[in-house]
Amino acid sequence: MSNFPWLTVIGLIPLIGAIVVAALPASMADQAKKVALGFSLLTLVFGVAAALQFKTGSTQQFQLVEQHEWIPQFGVSYALGVDGLALVMILMALVLLPICILAAWDDVPEGGKREKNYFALTLVLATFMVGVFAATDVFLFYVFFEAMLIPVYFLIGSYGGPRRQYAAVKFLLFSLAGGLVMLIGVIALYKYGPGGADGFLVTKLTGLDLPVAAGRWIFLAFFIAFAVKAPMWPVHTWLPDAATEARPATAVLLVGVLDKVGTYGMIRFCLQLFPEASQWATPVVLALAVISIIYGALLAIGQTDVMRLIAYTSVSHFGFIVLGIFAFTTTGGAGSTLYMLNHGFTTAALFLVAAMLVARRGSKRIPDFGGWQRVTPGLAGVFLVAGLAGLALPGLSPFVSEIMVLVGTFQRYKLPAVIATTGIILAALYILLMYKRMMTGPKPQLDRPVRDITLREKIVVAPLIAAFLVFGFYPKPALDLLNPAVKATLQHVGVTDPAPTSVAEGSSK
Amino acid sequence: MTTLQPLAAAVTSEPAAAHAATGITAYAWLLVALPALGAAVLLLGGRRTDKWGPLFAVAMSWSAFVVGFIVWIAMLGRDGESRAMHLDLYNWVPAGSFQLNAGMLVDQLSVTFVLLITFVGSLIHVYSLGYMEHDPDKRRFFAYLNLFVAAMLLLVLADSYLLLYVGWEGVGLASYLLIGFWNYNPAYATAANKAFVVNRVGDFGLSVAIMIMFAAFGTVTFAGVQEASGGAGSGVLTAIGLMLLLGACGKSAQFPLQSWLGDAMAGPTPVSALIHAATMVTAGVYLIVRSNFIFEGAPNAQLVVVIVGAITLLFGAIVGCAKDDIKKALAASTMSQIGYMMLAAGLGPVGYAFAIFHLVTHGFFKAGMFLGAGSVMHGMNDQVDMRRFGGLSGAMKITWATFGLGWLAILGVPPFSGFWSKDKIIEAAFIGEGWRPWVFGGAALIGAGITAFYMSRLFFMTFHGKKRWTDDVHPHESPLLMTVPMMVLAVGSALLGLVLSIGGTFSSWLEPVVGGHAEGEHPVLPVPVLITLTLLLVAGGVALAWLRYWRDSVPETAPTGSLLTRAARRDLYQDDVNEAVFMRPGIHLTRALVFADNRGIDGGVGGLAALIGGTSSRLRKLQNGFARSYALTMLAGVVAILGAVWVIQ
Repeated sequence: MSNFPWLTVIGLIPLIGAIVVAALPASMADQAKKVALGFSLLTLVFGVAAALQFKTGSTQQFQLVEQHEWIPQFGVSYALGVDGLALVMILMALVLLPICILAAWDDVPEGGKREKNYFALTLVLATFMVGVFAATDVFLFYVFFEAMLIPVYFLIGSYGGPRRQYAAVKFLLFSLAGGLVMLIGVIALYKYGPGGADGFLVTKLTGLDLPVAAGRWIFLAFFIAFAVKAPMWPVHTWLPDAATEARPATAVLLVGVLDKVGTYGMIRFCLQLFPEASQWATPVVLALAVISIIYGALLAIGQTDVMRLIAYTSVSHFGFIVLGIFAFTTTGGAGSTLYMLNHGFTTAALFLVAAMLVARRGSKRIPDFGGWQRVTPGLAGVFLVAGLAGLALPGLSPFVSEIMVLVGTFQRYKLPAVIATTGIILAALYILLMYKRMMTGPKPQLDRPVRDITLREKIVVAPLIAAFLVFGFYPKPALDLLNPAVKATLQHVGVTDPAPTSVAEGSSK
Repeated sequence: MTTLQPLAAAVTSEPAAAHAATGITAYAWLLVALPALGAAVLLLGGRRTDKWGPLFAVAMSWSAFVVGFIVWIAMLGRDGESRAMHLDLYNWVPAGSFQLNAGMLVDQLSVTFVLLITFVGSLIHVYSLGYMEHDPDKRRFFAYLNLFVAAMLLLVLADSYLLLYVGWEGVGLASYLLIGFWNYNPAYATAANKAFVVNRVGDFGLSVAIMIMFAAFGTVTFAGVQEASGGAGSGVLTAIGLMLLLGACGKSAQFPLQSWLGDAMAGPTPVSALIHAATMVTAGVYLIVRSNFIFEGAPNAQLVVVIVGAITLLFGAIVGCAKDDIKKALAASTMSQIGYMMLAAGLGPVGYAFAIFHLVTHGFFKAGMFLGAGSVMHGMNDQVDMRRFGGLSGAMKITWATFGLGWLAILGVPPFSGFWSKDKIIEAAFIGEGWRPWVFGGAALIGAGITAFYMSRLFFMTFHGKKRWTDDVHPHESPLLMTVPMMVLAVGSALLGLVLSIGGTFSSWLEPVVGGHAEGEHPVLPVPVLITLTLLLVAGGVALAWLRYWRDSVPETAPTGSLLTRAARRDLYQDDVNEAVFMRPGIHLTRALVFADNRGIDGGVGGLAALIGGTSSRLRKLQNGFARSYALTMLAGVVAILGAVWVIQ
């Protein structure tokens, strides 16, 4: 099976699913979501099977490699492959996909063609998500990077809330602007590369002897695109609008998966291809990361729209991820990459459970709630668990990643790490204030009876909560995949961990 | 997930003195697992477990006690040097150069805590069966109690600072859930939030301490840090010590992070007993004593610990004098008593054992008094205002007697428990040179006098003097389910100190962990003089309280009082300070930022979007819903990009 094109197949299944769903005859339109769910589960099965082929001890950077010429005269290959990080990101996306489809079950109540297209677009998005993480050709990555925008644009613009047009256009503008800057970088990089029919391969472009100035400019071109995507302060403002206007399932895929392309890109491209420029930019990046952490948290505290609040918590969390990446320590890197995984599940739980509440209350405004623990105790319980994951409660998975980011950052950059640590206090505030305003207080008078959490909703949240607990107490399976990837990246950068500063003579560790 | 590796597997992370766990000790993980299982079953089982759930939780708590008891007996069977055991559980966090196994350290210190937590905790479980009998959410309550016990046991059994952190915040979570148990009252929900957030400020300290440890020593296990701290400079150790102290202040409600404790009385009374006696607030003292190797090399950090302890013990005592709410007066007393423990812990080896000793005796008498207060409330329609109590000794004889023993114990009247532990702390505080023994010893001594006053005030106002009951109450004794735990705790309040003091049993028991009392250190005043002085002050405090709150009639509404009384009623303005310095500026800052984020940063982009607004209405026409036209657009886009690139090339 070693030559089986795992990654292509994993990418193709949702695309085929999308075509099937879109082509369903009108008489079977109500089957669209079931077909979509089936395809998403099938993709997940193949994803897990592919992961089982992956060997953690390999000396190659990429595994499950596929490579074909695509536009040889221009050096572009259809080249796929994954390291531990890319594999973890793909698996996260594949786990979230069926969860999101199930959560979106009643998103398009009018049914018919509109519903078919909704699920078809979601599946198309999955294809691009797999592609963007699996691409080992810089140009192919760029194509997927831009292509992702299209389904998201329509998912927000056609299926979103009242201000969907504004949010979709804003999202598109920010992303396109970032993407265009990156395109310049992509082309410039090729010119400095070895050229040839496969000149865009990541492996060919790694370790180039770039002129310092050129390296820094190209680094910037990539970094800006990724910073918009991540999103970091001050280019974060598209996110809250997009997240609150998008359908919750779309918001999950957008914030939980697509935004990870930003931090993934920083590791894969910024650090690996431009080690000198990455270190040159570090002080500024660290400052932006710390600002993102604090700023995102403060803004979250001040929100009155629950979806916007959750979006701002992500700005804060992405700050942590970037902080750990640019700390250039194995611990910080492992923490950041694990954070990328954990954040996917945390955000999914927060968005989806909040959406379940919003659907019942008919409002996203936090002040419109109050006392809902007495109305829907089950939902209140899972909302609290999701919130506790959001504030990185020890015992739940985000804690391990957050403290590793801080510990790893502190090894090299003490002040940024300490300032970032204040984020944990702010996190307690934004989560607990939200919970207090929505859930506690006297039981409200409601016009009509409200159902507590349904079976379908339980199935949606159960795997997420399981992930919190499993990776909180046993993150090793994920870290075993991520550690080698982080180590390889830091080797490309050419840095080693600082030694402990005061170890007693003769002690081993 | 619990692969037991009894031998040799992880020698590197084992403390020099701790042997790999064998026999029953290899099952020490059950201590955490049993109550955690109880919590999980009750929370996931939902209403199906309503009937038997509370009993199941009680059973889980007691079985943890049984396991702890057997572990303790097994430990007694070994001689001093080989008592400490280390249980390696599994590879928890292998993140880059940060490699950490989850493991448990079962030594004299942790077993002492295990016994206290599980025994007192289980008694509180039993009591709650009676106290919470008619609460509709009883099952959830017991689930949280189990969670509390599990988290606290993890905290004291962890073998590294990071695993301790899990229990540390687990305790914070459980207290948040229980303080806010009746959160349909918004004030209670706020109290729960306050407890968690203030604790998080402390957790900031713990996080930074862990960060410094890893950067300096490359490890965060107790054994590893202990080994490395021997060769570390005092700057590093002082920084770690101060950060650990910040964490301890949050959890143990020490100055300046004490403000959550009084509000935490919002929880049902058994919760208060649990928080104040067996779990939670004792965690800070544990952390300091456990980290004795850090503080050994950081005398300045030690000094700060002592100062914090001294300030808090007086702060709590002063506040306690002014409170009319029986639970809040007890809460202030806890703060003050933990202050004594902190002070002792800051004194170093001379005080560690007594800090823990006082923690244990306090665990008994404070739990007993809180349960007694709950019993009073049970009989008085949940009233808490002592000005409407009085003369309850006749109506509630068992409560009066058990509470009375607790009262004698906290006063430090010989031969009751508190005498043996608190007096030792006062003596230890008087050891040293220069100004310190006089200041710290003086504070501890004066504190004893004030304690006697406010505790007697509480006792007399509640149980003696004239009846000042509201018309609708008919005080009655509580059921046996509640009074039996109170009686057991009262026995402990009376005898435990004496039993553990005979021949210095307790000090020598802990000596392998915290070091021994160096010979030749004597208080600056002779011990008999100190004991006499203490007892005189205590007698004075009791007499004053007797005059004012038993002999004289107590007004049913509080008189205006002196400036100090008014300040103490407002907890010495702690909330006013926090609001003025942190809360209000914070609110203004977030509001300003939200405004700026919507207008300012977004403004430029917003303008652009408005420009596009016109365009977008035209674009909308393109969104005709036909998938093929989208596909065509996509294709066109890709072709255009590729074309552009090719041209440039």
